[in-house]
Amino acid sequence: MTALALPAGRAPRQSVSRDDLVKRGLMVAISLYLVLSLAAPLYVMLSKSLSTYRFDLTQFEFQVSDETATVWSKPKTAAALNAELSALAPEDLRAGSDSRLATTKFFKDFSFRSPVKYRMRGTVEDARWLVGSAPGGGTEWQEFDSNSFRRIMLRPTQSFGLDNFVAYFSTPSLSISIRNSALMATISTAITIAVAFGLAYALNRSRMSFKGLFRLVTVIPILVPSLLPGIALVYLFGNQGLLKPIMMGYSIYGPIGIVIGSVFFTLPHAFLIISTALSVADARHYEAATSLRASKWRTFWTVTVPGARFGLISAAFVVFTLVITDFGLPKVIGGQYNMLAVDIYKQVIGQQNFEMGAVVSVILLIPAIIAFAVDRIVQRRQVALLSARSVPYQPKPNRRFDMLCLAWCSVVAVFLVGIIGICQLAALVKLWPYDMSLSLKNYAFDLMDGGGWASYANSIRLALLTAFFGTIVVFTGAYMVEKTQGFSAGRSAFHFLAMLPMAVPGMVLGLAYIFFFNNPANPLSPIYGTMTILVICTVTHFYTVSHLTALTALKQMDAEFEPVAASLKQPFQKLFFRVTVPVCLPAILDISIYLFVNAMTTVSAVVFLYSTETQLASVAVLNMDDAGDIAPAAAMGMMIFYTNVVARLIHAGVSGLLLSRTQRWRDR
Amino acid sequence: MDDARLRQAGGREAALSSQCIAECTNPMGNPIMKSRSPAVLAAFAVTLLSSSAFAETTLTVYTSVEAVDLDRYKQTFEAANPDIKINWVRDSTGVMTAKLLAEKDNPQADVVWGVAATSLLLLKGEGMLEPYAPAGVEKLDQKFVDSANPPAWVGMDAYVAALCYNTVEAEKLGLTPPKSWADLTKPEYKGHVVMPNPNSSGTGFLDVSAWIQIMGEEAAWKYMDGLHENIAAYTHSGSKPCKMAASGETVIGVSFEFPGAKAKQGGAPIDIIFPSEGSGWEAEATAIIAGTANLEAAQKLVDWSISKEANEMYNVGYAVVAYPGVAKPIEHLPDDVASKMIKNDFEWAANNRAAILAEWAKRYDGKSEPKS
Repeated sequence: MTALALPAGRAPRQSVSRDDLVKRGLMVAISLYLVLSLAAPLYVMLSKSLSTYRFDLTQFEFQVSDETATVWSKPKTAAALNAELSALAPEDLRAGSDSRLATTKFFKDFSFRSPVKYRMRGTVEDARWLVGSAPGGGTEWQEFDSNSFRRIMLRPTQSFGLDNFVAYFSTPSLSISIRNSALMATISTAITIAVAFGLAYALNRSRMSFKGLFRLVTVIPILVPSLLPGIALVYLFGNQGLLKPIMMGYSIYGPIGIVIGSVFFTLPHAFLIISTALSVADARHYEAATSLRASKWRTFWTVTVPGARFGLISAAFVVFTLVITDFGLPKVIGGQYNMLAVDIYKQVIGQQNFEMGAVVSVILLIPAIIAFAVDRIVQRRQVALLSARSVPYQPKPNRRFDMLCLAWCSVVAVFLVGIIGICQLAALVKLWPYDMSLSLKNYAFDLMDGGGWASYANSIRLALLTAFFGTIVVFTGAYMVEKTQGFSAGRSAFHFLAMLPMAVPGMVLGLAYIFFFNNPANPLSPIYGTMTILVICTVTHFYTVSHLTALTALKQMDAEFEPVAASLKQPFQKLFFRVTVPVCLPAILDISIYLFVNAMTTVSAVVFLYSTETQLASVAVLNMDDAGDIAPAAAMGMMIFYTNVVARLIHAGVSGLLLSRTQRWRDR
Repeated sequence: MDDARLRQAGGREAALSSQCIAECTNPMGNPIMKSRSPAVLAAFAVTLLSSSAFAETTLTVYTSVEAVDLDRYKQTFEAANPDIKINWVRDSTGVMTAKLLAEKDNPQADVVWGVAATSLLLLKGEGMLEPYAPAGVEKLDQKFVDSANPPAWVGMDAYVAALCYNTVEAEKLGLTPPKSWADLTKPEYKGHVVMPNPNSSGTGFLDVSAWIQIMGEEAAWKYMDGLHENIAAYTHSGSKPCKMAASGETVIGVSFEFPGAKAKQGGAPIDIIFPSEGSGWEAEATAIIAGTANLEAAQKLVDWSISKEANEMYNVGYAVVAYPGVAKPIEHLPDDVASKMIKNDFEWAANNRAAILAEWAKRYDGKSEPKS
């Protein structure tokens, strides 16, 4: 009873140490980076998609004289004139930033030969029109003879609303892309998953030989821009292609090309995920199936596939997202088959219609976000397949089955190597198909569009800078979020920001950067057009996977390290540099090579952001192909491939060396 | 070219000449002066004049001229105007136009030199160009000069629509060469014609706008309906159809004359055909961006860009240039390319561009199934 009389004490609160403050400060700094490089640009882009243009007919007022040009009619607004004539329906008044509307539409019996004169003025200050091509405006009456008056074009005014979306969905040539993109992504996903599953199954569940070789070959598509399979398909199945008869009269330009190319460039992603899922299995399940006399077929569907289901679902969503957001491949091989990502490029570069580009971007965000969300939910439901009592499954030799697996892997390997091989061949041929002699003239990049050899040097610079700064930012961020005590609101906010880039297609990110950084009011605008913005954009674009890699490595480290260091009165940075970084070195090296390779091959985000001084090799491939210089484009693509191969070899060498020196504790 | 590096180089030159001033005004240094030849003295005088008050200006010039021509244009100009340095910013016409429009409220360029006149008309409508009548503008062919006075832009040269026709593939397929635009709708060419998409290529738009101007609106759309049946692909760029014809990827590429001549030079089995009805064309033009801090230097550049010397320089690649009487025939092109050009109304084209493109997309862009 007496206890009740005691006053309630202060709720216990963990005191915040200096280390925690530093960690939180760093976390806030990196969050701020992600906000500025991701959230803010996306927000600006969303608002841009709502910025509409419309002809406001009440803004313009007219007077008409009689034939002697002395007596003037009462002033009437264009809106009133339109109401009398019903010349234009409301949907005709919807406009783009570049639209013009001839004033003569409001005067039924207009003739440029008549002596009638016209006066016009704006009813508001910002009414704008063109006299021919010269800008005009203002609220003062201005007089024109009929021949000048026919050259007057009204300009639209800017407002805010959903008009752009209405216009998008009422223009079939635009909205058909949604269906096309979804269809291509679905078909490609189905095929890629099937192929990748076969490959992963062969490499994990058989005793075939050359497994290491096939694992190496599977990596190839990661090392090249997605444009390259498109170029290869032109040389293989185009009208002068080596294998044209196989096409039986169908054109490679369009859905067929998009699907084949998509399978090529998404295969390694699907393979890695499914292979991980298939690499662990509990032998007891198979023993049970055998003792229940289940057929091999039945075992496969009741044990193997369910065991790998999370991997399969995850792979399917990754592939779907990759295909629907990819820009390079449909740009090269898509022909007339409109796809969402290419539409953004066509709207912005072809028609300078930034608002419609933003609309398509918003639409492209939707499937990517859904795929991302579903993938997250599925992963959360995944349970450990291997318990402590599991017996690892060991495939038994089976000559027939192993030969079958070898055959399947060989088919896939021939496909992958063939695509790369044909590009190298095309790059070396003088004038396909009329002069098949070899020459190096396609490597004279300085004579082509796209920035020449300087763009190749720029790409390497971008890749090195991205790998260096990206690794530091990503790993520091991951450490702060993983090893900080308390501050859970901030940590989950950070985690959300770090996962967001996965759901943002490159084209969308690039366009958002134009809107955000190319705005004189933004104090950060000086970085527009520099290497800095390319590095920031690339780091942000590939943030999520790097972040997850770092988190995985950090989670493997016992949380006791920090308290122990604190109890020994060691500052956290000492622990970080003396223990955490060395232990996580393999992951850190993996992050840097991942960023390097992707910075070399990325096109989608940077295509809107490069400037004359910062042209990139991957963009040069795109631009040379665009100009019709396909062989030089293939040559540049192969330069990227070889550079990435060398980078990976160096990475392997350095990792091996460092690991043998810093990871000896693992062998204990 | 790196802007900072250029400026640094300019500074070094100026420093050198000021060092010379110090040395040469030294009364004890007379013997050195005497031993100099008149030519060296003249050069010295020029250096003195041009370096007076460090007058060197760097102009940021946006351009879409061919990458190969950039250095040649820069060197020729800078030799004639040693006090002005050019800092090129180059990209394709579409990208350049998008960039210029995006920078509307914060222009980065001083001058545009070698960008399509139709694009410059868009900029003019936004009030982004500084009107200026360059010295000698009256000598130019007037269809290369903006209609306003003073003109907002002045032309340099023209690229003219033409067909690239692959003779080897045509023979295999037993086709006869087309002579006119109308021929392209013949059933024999089904699936053998490639043209640029006007919604993403300036060349594509100049074709469409020329057809409307030649045939009249209704007939032109009817013609394009027929043509669409024969089109194998619409490309994103204007030179690609010709290069596709050059590599046998298609038989007929609707393109322009310049890539055709280049491909033929490289050994491609193509003929360059100018359709009998006449060809659409686009001028490459020069203009000053309003608000430039270097107006005087910009005007000097525009003055020079329409000079006879400059036009001779353009003629290396382009068959038609703005200065009458300068153009010499280009290898693989007929002598009278200029006579194939229709009377092109740039203002009409610019003012109707948005509507034409929307109509085109509605008719042909939605039909996505490619024909084999």
